[in-house]
Amino acid sequence: MKKLENELTWKDLEIGCIVTEPGSTREYRTGDWRSQRPTYDFKKCIKCGLCSIYCPEGCIGQNAEGYFQSNLFWCKGCGICSKECPTKVISMVNEEA
Amino acid sequence: MGKRVGIEVSLAIAEAAKMADVDVIAAYPITPQTHIVEHMAEIVANGDLDAEYIPVESEHSAMSACLGSSATGARTFTATAGQGLELMHEVLYVASAMRLPIVMAVANRALSSPLNVWGDQSDLMAVRDVGWIQIICENGQEAFDHTICSFRIAEDNRVLLPVMVHCDGFYLTHVVEPIEFPTQEEVTNFIPKFKYPLPLDTSKPVSMGCFAPTFIYTEAKKAQEVNILNSKKIIQEHWDAFGKAFGRYYHPVESYRTEGAKTLLLTLGSFGETAMTAVDKMRDEGKSVGLLKLRLWRPFPYQELRKAVGNAENLIVVDRALSFGGCGGPAYSEVRSALYSEKNHPKVVGFVAGLGGRDITVTEFENMVKRAPQIANTGAENEYEMFGVRE
Amino acid sequence: MDNIGVYAARVAPKFDGLAPGHRACIGCGEALAVRIAMKAMGPNIIIANATGCMEVISSQLPATGWDVPWIHTLFENNSAVASGIESALKVLERKGKVPARGTKVVAMGGDGATSDIGFQALSGALERGHDFLYLMFDNEAYMNTGIQRSSATPWGASTTTSPAGKKSIGQKTQKKNMAAIVAAHEIPYVATACPSYPFDMMEKVKKGLAVNGPAFINVFSVCPTGWRSAVDLSVRLGRLAVQTGVFPLYEVVNGKYKITVEPSPMRPVQDYLKLQGRFRHLSENDVKEIQERTIHEYNMLKARTTC
Repeated sequence: MKKLENELTWKDLEIGCIVTEPGSTREYRTGDWRSQRPTYDFKKCIKCGLCSIYCPEGCIGQNAEGYFQSNLFWCKGCGICSKECPTKVISMVNEEA
Repeated sequence: MGKRVGIEVSLAIAEAAKMADVDVIAAYPITPQTHIVEHMAEIVANGDLDAEYIPVESEHSAMSACLGSSATGARTFTATAGQGLELMHEVLYVASAMRLPIVMAVANRALSSPLNVWGDQSDLMAVRDVGWIQIICENGQEAFDHTICSFRIAEDNRVLLPVMVHCDGFYLTHVVEPIEFPTQEEVTNFIPKFKYPLPLDTSKPVSMGCFAPTFIYTEAKKAQEVNILNSKKIIQEHWDAFGKAFGRYYHPVESYRTEGAKTLLLTLGSFGETAMTAVDKMRDEGKSVGLLKLRLWRPFPYQELRKAVGNAENLIVVDRALSFGGCGGPAYSEVRSALYSEKNHPKVVGFVAGLGGRDITVTEFENMVKRAPQIANTGAENEYEMFGVRE
Repeated sequence: MDNIGVYAARVAPKFDGLAPGHRACIGCGEALAVRIAMKAMGPNIIIANATGCMEVISSQLPATGWDVPWIHTLFENNSAVASGIESALKVLERKGKVPARGTKVVAMGGDGATSDIGFQALSGALERGHDFLYLMFDNEAYMNTGIQRSSATPWGASTTTSPAGKKSIGQKTQKKNMAAIVAAHEIPYVATACPSYPFDMMEKVKKGLAVNGPAFINVFSVCPTGWRSAVDLSVRLGRLAVQTGVFPLYEVVNGKYKITVEPSPMRPVQDYLKLQGRFRHLSENDVKEIQERTIHEYNMLKARTTC
């Protein structure tokens, strides 16, 4: 079982606090920050992938059908994808409290 | 076997770095360090050493370039002095905390203002707490030896700390001394190949210098402190190995004619040489005086100092720096606090002398020994004085 | 819109280099800019990052967002750190101590780290000719510390240390022209870029990385937090900055200027300004002044491309 951040002791730190696991922030859920969530009308999607290019999180990938969709584990709900989508696939809706 | 060479100490330091086969030198010129880096540049320019010499635009960048170089796994050397060391200040903390084994020669110099390019140890004392191993040299041979040996200490994977080799500006850096040079083969055998355990390397990406919020900063600092404290025995281990290889043995605190001495002088750096002459003279006159020389400044050698002080009644600490508004000279206040818990500790008296290149003569050391009991017995709040100042 | 067309997005490199889970503000244009730069650079790089937003949001212990070797040390010294890395790689490869992998060195920092506090170190590294690419992520103020003005803050913008008030327009000085200053070092490659034009930007990053010697790119990075703009407008605002001529996209290859995205027809600056709280206090006259200056500067730039 991995230690929680605030359980780490000084002995757990690498020399000079070097972090040896690349990209380990992937474990950090930023989806909690979201107040709005993208919803999709994939019928309109032309699979151009612009939304994935413009996502500041880099959390948009292709689903099983090849449609571009954001991963809600990381998606902060900025709505850039919705604004930039050339065929208006994406609408932002409020997260329920 | 090596050979004995008459050489300016600055050049000898550069030759030592060359024999250590440094990969990168990043330096900015400042008096009285210039001869070191000029000679280094010359060595590289002549192809006598395969290295990159980065002629940076400031000392801040000199030390910063050293960070990058060392983190990439290159053996890295630089040198500075006085204001240059001050300009590096924040970078020095980073080098030690990130555990980058840079070796730096420091030609100790006074600090502005007023501008003064001559030797004292104000710069050295201003970087007491930056987390580097700090070695203070007394003569040219030591400057040469410690430059070589410090690479082995710094790069030891149990240590991985930067090392400052302090040499008094002009008094030491600019004198010509006879220095024993080992052969290149001997030096190559003495310093293992440098392999930083987690360098910047695309085949195994690491992140260095990450951000530590409150929940983990204390732990980071604890790890750093334990590391430098533990380095003391490893430093001695390498000094012993150096002695075995080259016949010159070094210790954190050196004692000179201290047997049964009631009064001890304590010096740091090149004034130890003059103080030895003064002690010889006083001993000849039947006075009970000896000398301690503090070679290892960080990590501070508490036990070694306590042992070396023994049963002396008076201990006179000669600082070449002030701690303005503080409790005496920096070395004085540290030495005094190191002895505080000892049952029979001596009276500790501090003199601040030799500022901005002013000489301290044999007679002045004698006068200090005469004057010390008077100060010690006054019970003044700060038992120290600035010595040799015109009233 | 990029003239390459929307489907090109699918052929953009999958490699990101900056992992999700980073803590950038919602709608951060700078995190987006870094992602796009990383796509162009690929994994064979070492990054020296200055203190600032990108460092703080990506590297909180015990995790890192970086998939490539990355080092942060201080605020003002990333160019010097990059110099050290580049020199170390050079000599270690020459001495056979590390394999020659063609690894490139990249320094990145914000506008404060680059045009203010790290200006000297940058100039030194450029002058010495180190083979590295410098990316200045320009969000036009010290955002990490709370939106204080920098020398890259444009005239009229209200920040926490250049607040608009009864006796103040906000920022009283014009934005420092970093690309021109860097170009004066006569390095092989200088450019401006904006992630709203991702393919233009990727192209420039690739060029900058490929040249032998220093390269510099001023990357326009929209900051919804500091600019007080809607979080979903970060890409649109970047596009508007280009279309209004406020932030022209060009490159300087071996001293030769070339505009890479022509803003024609040029839109009024008001289209760009009105979407941002930092300009909200500006009067019609102020906007007119900005409009005139923008056209003047654009013409100056245009003139440079013809000589």
